[in-house]
Amino acid sequence: MSWLIKSSIGRKFVQSISGLFLILFLLFHMSMNLVLIFNYETYNFLANEILGANWWAIIGTGVIALGFVVHVIYAIILTLQNMKARGNDRYASSSKTKTTWSSKNMFVLGLFILLFLFLHLYQMWYQMQFKELFMIEGARHDGAQLVEEVFSQLWVVIIYVIAFIALWFHLTHGFWSALHSVGWNNTVWMKRLKVLGNIISTAISLGFIIVAIAIYLGYSNLLG
Amino acid sequence: MDKDINIKVKVWRQNGPKDKGYFETFPLENISQGSSFLEMLDILNENLINEGKEPVVFDHDCREGICGMCSLYINGHPHGPDEGITTCQLHMRRFNDGDTITVEPWRSAGFPIIKDLIVDRTAFDKIIQAGGYVSVNTGSAVDANAIPIPRDDAEMAMDAAACIGCGACVAACKNGSAMLFVSAKVSQLALLPQGRVEATRRAKSMVAKMDELGFGNCTNTGACEVECPKNISISNIARLNREFLKAKFQD
Repeated sequence: MSWLIKSSIGRKFVQSISGLFLILFLLFHMSMNLVLIFNYETYNFLANEILGANWWAIIGTGVIALGFVVHVIYAIILTLQNMKARGNDRYASSSKTKTTWSSKNMFVLGLFILLFLFLHLYQMWYQMQFKELFMIEGARHDGAQLVEEVFSQLWVVIIYVIAFIALWFHLTHGFWSALHSVGWNNTVWMKRLKVLGNIISTAISLGFIIVAIAIYLGYSNLLG
Repeated sequence: MDKDINIKVKVWRQNGPKDKGYFETFPLENISQGSSFLEMLDILNENLINEGKEPVVFDHDCREGICGMCSLYINGHPHGPDEGITTCQLHMRRFNDGDTITVEPWRSAGFPIIKDLIVDRTAFDKIIQAGGYVSVNTGSAVDANAIPIPRDDAEMAMDAAACIGCGACVAACKNGSAMLFVSAKVSQLALLPQGRVEATRRAKSMVAKMDELGFGNCTNTGACEVECPKNISISNIARLNREFLKAKFQD
């Protein structure tokens, strides 16, 4: 299996699979966030009973974390190798080739999302699952109320929105590019996959952003 | 109507692979817009020779867009601002009076500069040697239509075979990746029954050689297919990915 590290297509394969896996996680996360708009109690039930510090949730968290770590490490390896392959000399007339902006800035976008992720994990996950797991004082079981407190701060909402706009750009290229790299080879379907990628990235980004803004404006827990 | 134009040509000069390169700007007067880009460089070199200076070194051969010898990164585009043509097919009517035209060599770690505008593209030959062929028992010629081939497959194989191996894809790529070239050379054979026999070995050894020679990892920016003088599609890259992964999972 060493080809997954040694070969360029092997490395891209790993990057693609981990990326697609993370898209599935984002879809799940976004769906669960939408619950906040309707009912805090249901959200807390999901957060504490279905997820929480249960063994399956801990394993799940571990798998997702592994997905992130693999995706980030491979991104660093691929980017460094590509910079080396490109060489030190830049074109004086720069590149005027028309390509999509996001496709050329995947690493920068990813880096920004990663920085946001650290803040996000500290604000949410550390307070809920981590503290409970390691018996640290002040673990929160009222996840919905915690989210409401966090999103009542305007600066958090602004950073949140910017991060998900970055994610939108990241996914519009990432989705079809990942399927391209795992060998989905079809001239008709490739166009459809690009459209599907746009739909999925818009749904994910919009879903997250709507919840944050709704909570900030007080339009949450509507059926509570 | 074609006019005579006065231009400035800003050319990359570099004495040898290890030397430091620099730009040199030459004014040129009364260049006919009807002349080709390489004819313009010929005029420049003739002037330089008459002045007792060293001419600008650049690659060229057939001058009709089929050999893949000419290169040149002109004003931010491999093979110049036109689409679907090589540098030798580019004409001066694409430029205006008073323009400064920047001419650079391909820049990529896989293509080291030999002198001025000439780069070493033998890496492509090495990739072909690694597996870009079919093995055929010699004897009397086999009938061309002995094996029926679906028309779409034949067309796609022919489209891939249009690749002339000029290296514009590598020059355009921000990752210095040779995937478009390798994928075209794998596809032109993988699509045909004659090429299926060695398909798995070919995909593995050509990709291994490509990696070994220091080309980058493809990130699907699509810059290569935009600049390719033969309009090779990146759907070939998806095919190469599939061929390679299939071969690896069979192991």
